[in-house]
Amino acid sequence: MTESSHDENIELMTYAEVVDVKGFVGNFDVTIRKKPRYVDLTKCTGCGLCTEKCPAKVPSEWNLDMGMRKAIYKPFGQAVPNVPVIDKEHCIFFTKGKCKACQKLCPAGAVDFEQEEELVTKKFGAIIVATGFTQFDPSVYGEYGAGKFKDVITGLHLERMLDSSGPTGGHVVRPSDQKEPKNIVFIQCVGSRDESKGRPYCSRICCMYTAKQAILLKDHYPETQSYIFYIDIRAAGKNYEEFVKRAQREYGALYIRGRVSKVYEKGDKLIVRGVDTLAGKQVEVEADLVVLATAVVPQPDAVELAKILNIPYDQYGFYSEAHPKLQPVESVTKGIFLTGSCQFPKDIPDSVATTGAASVRTCEILSKSELILDPKVAFVNPDICSGCLNCVEVCPFNAIESTKVDGRTVAQVIPTLCHGCGNCASTCRTSAANVSGFTDDQIYAQVASVFEILKKENLLELSE
Amino acid sequence: MQVGYYPGCSLESTAKEFDLSIRAIFQEMEISLKEIPDWNCCGASPAHYLNEELAMALPYRNLVKAEEAGLDQVVSPCPACYSHLKHVHEEVIEDSHLSERLQTIVGKGYQKGVASKHFLDFLKEDIGLERLKESLKSSLNQLKVVSYYGCLTRLPGVKLDDLENPVIMDQIVEAIGGEPLDWSYKTECCGASLSVSRTEIALRLVRSILEAAQEKGAECIAVVCPLCQSNLDARQSDINKKYGTSYKIPILYLSQLIGLAQKLDYTQLGLDRLIINPRDLLVGKGILEK
Amino acid sequence: MSYLNSLDIHQFRNRILSISGEDVSKCIQCGKCTAGCPISPEMDVQPNQVLRMIQVNDQDTLLRCSTIWICASCQTCSVRCPEEIDIAKIMDSLRKLALEAKIPLGEEKVVKFDEIFLESIRKRGRVHELELVMKYNLALRRPFKDAQLGPVMFSRGKLRILGHKIKEVGKIKEIFRDSKRLFKP
Repeated sequence: MTESSHDENIELMTYAEVVDVKGFVGNFDVTIRKKPRYVDLTKCTGCGLCTEKCPAKVPSEWNLDMGMRKAIYKPFGQAVPNVPVIDKEHCIFFTKGKCKACQKLCPAGAVDFEQEEELVTKKFGAIIVATGFTQFDPSVYGEYGAGKFKDVITGLHLERMLDSSGPTGGHVVRPSDQKEPKNIVFIQCVGSRDESKGRPYCSRICCMYTAKQAILLKDHYPETQSYIFYIDIRAAGKNYEEFVKRAQREYGALYIRGRVSKVYEKGDKLIVRGVDTLAGKQVEVEADLVVLATAVVPQPDAVELAKILNIPYDQYGFYSEAHPKLQPVESVTKGIFLTGSCQFPKDIPDSVATTGAASVRTCEILSKSELILDPKVAFVNPDICSGCLNCVEVCPFNAIESTKVDGRTVAQVIPTLCHGCGNCASTCRTSAANVSGFTDDQIYAQVASVFEILKKENLLELSE
Repeated sequence: MQVGYYPGCSLESTAKEFDLSIRAIFQEMEISLKEIPDWNCCGASPAHYLNEELAMALPYRNLVKAEEAGLDQVVSPCPACYSHLKHVHEEVIEDSHLSERLQTIVGKGYQKGVASKHFLDFLKEDIGLERLKESLKSSLNQLKVVSYYGCLTRLPGVKLDDLENPVIMDQIVEAIGGEPLDWSYKTECCGASLSVSRTEIALRLVRSILEAAQEKGAECIAVVCPLCQSNLDARQSDINKKYGTSYKIPILYLSQLIGLAQKLDYTQLGLDRLIINPRDLLVGKGILEK
Repeated sequence: MSYLNSLDIHQFRNRILSISGEDVSKCIQCGKCTAGCPISPEMDVQPNQVLRMIQVNDQDTLLRCSTIWICASCQTCSVRCPEEIDIAKIMDSLRKLALEAKIPLGEEKVVKFDEIFLESIRKRGRVHELELVMKYNLALRRPFKDAQLGPVMFSRGKLRILGHKIKEVGKIKEIFRDSKRLFKP
């Protein structure tokens, strides 16, 4: 991230979001909202004094509410740029009009409460979407007690605890009493592979990170014992199968095949009621800590962004690729590419590979001054067009716009956006809209010739 | 306010106190209960696999009788009765063949006008907590109560409350001055009719429930099902004998607890019929005079 | 050794589908049903194994097992199944099939109890609990089972000595006579 921020060919706009996209491949007009961080990027040296002295404490989103951050803060240690942002909703100055300690103490005079948001519109030839994923909320499983029992956490919570720069300084403890857990139960497929919760898909990464966490736990805390409830182990990557076997053989993780039905409290422990389908019986494990491997889901605003970009998405909110096998990094809309988990759950090597692929695809566009298109696109004959603009409504690709010819309003197809689907042609009542090579007249002519042949060969049965 | 009443077979004998206490508290709240004339058994559990049509015809007749008596709502204290009545009502609306067939068997047509309610949701939705509170003359003095729902929330066709963590009974307990304790065995099975045919299974299950209640410091368990009450109450001495435990937890119907908070008579509420005697507990909490 | 596919491998699955409306092909054997079943420790065939046996046509084991009889119909399996399969309903269907097959049942006591239960309804319109328990104990030749409960219940006024007969008990007998075991739409 740091490298990209210093590259002279890259303009990094952080703390900014895309609010509008107009145009088409090669000619996108993108409006970006640069949100005010209330700290001047050009002056801040990243010394951190403001964060140190800020009196306002807020639960840290990065640490999943397991620790606190300040109202002026950097989201995480390696954030780029190395400049804090002020959280307007919790800053004492913004909410109560007092304090301003950060401004007073900043040696570079970089704090600027007057900063305003900036809207910029720029031209881009291509767009790559890499908005990633978030975690499924496991509290919908009343039987697991997530959100109710303090010691039922997710894999990401455990990840933060294992991080030495995390909220517990790298110590894995039970959130309820801060004691070190001895027996840890991992439950896989929480939210994934579940029709009843609307997510029948496999989240791909959980089997591997659970095995990793079991290994790390045993490595840091030799006294612990991990129990992993699974349905299947998905370890289809290079060295992945061997990795999971290591967790079992060398790090003592006990894999139990079966889903968990209920987690409940007994005293200060948690009882995990599951099943060992291989042994053929119900089992109960007494646990100190329960870790849920929750499903990978798209970001909460993924659909909103899709509408801005005008790209299709599936029933789960993952962005749709142009072809599931042959075009995995291209969205259906030309010029917009997809990488990472916003298209579907991916692990790190997959994300790196698809990002490389998407980047090269954009070069295809950017390296040319002209684009060659599929000729099977629609066109509108302005002489017959009545200007009803029904075709504009039915075009799924926003490829038709209204224009004026000789003072009359008519429809006009943007060939670069058109996919030749023919929706406009079938909607048009005056037959003004047609797909090249498949005009109404051409189709009628084909049908007429077939009828001629059938008549000639006496194969035509005409009803009365 | 008048509402139809379907007591069900158990309320005439082993669950008599449920019947008595419901009648008493409804009377206190000026709600008149009209028993479905000449009602028959709903079929409970055996019918649905031994004879499918019978399983639906038996509740169907009750709906017909209710309609004949001019009732558009029926309250059932027993979860099974409630589920059967509701289920048949919904099935005949959806399936006209079934409707015709049942009409042929029972001999009369049902015009689909009877809404089936369980005692709990009638209390919460139709009576409401406010009206309930107004009818109180006393309080339960923070009696520690765990609410045991059994399989009520999961019965086919029932959409009463959250499946895994229902709260209606807890809310009512709180409204009448009790202290509802949260526990993990709210909806664990009591063994149902296995209590007779495979008693050892029911003993094992009931023991876990009692253990969980005791662990939370419960002073009594509130129930809304005749079978649950019977299993939890009548089997405590068998459990103590088998497992060497010493449970003595009173199992009260929610309607009895409400009646206590309305300062109704001990016998009128059927409290003298409970196997585990609650008198000492209630006197000790100041709910009853000595 | 007979082949797994000596008969149409989906035969039993199709039968269960037509009786119950539930499709066991959806089951991936995650085991959550067994994990949550309160009766699992006493079952000879676990709930997930029951579905597995339907998938592989093992009718013989299933129709003779005791599992389908001691299932308490608590619905825990059905409400938690990630594929939304109504397993309790499938247990019910297997009971129907077992009775139809007229073979020795895996747990006779339950059917005995239920038959006496229904007979009580047929004769009176309602269940007479005392009569039910007494007849059941006699049928099983254990006249003194739960005998200590009797006096306790009686002293608390929870045992109705005389049964009640509803007025239209004749109608109930007719309903029993006319109801068919399996409803066919």
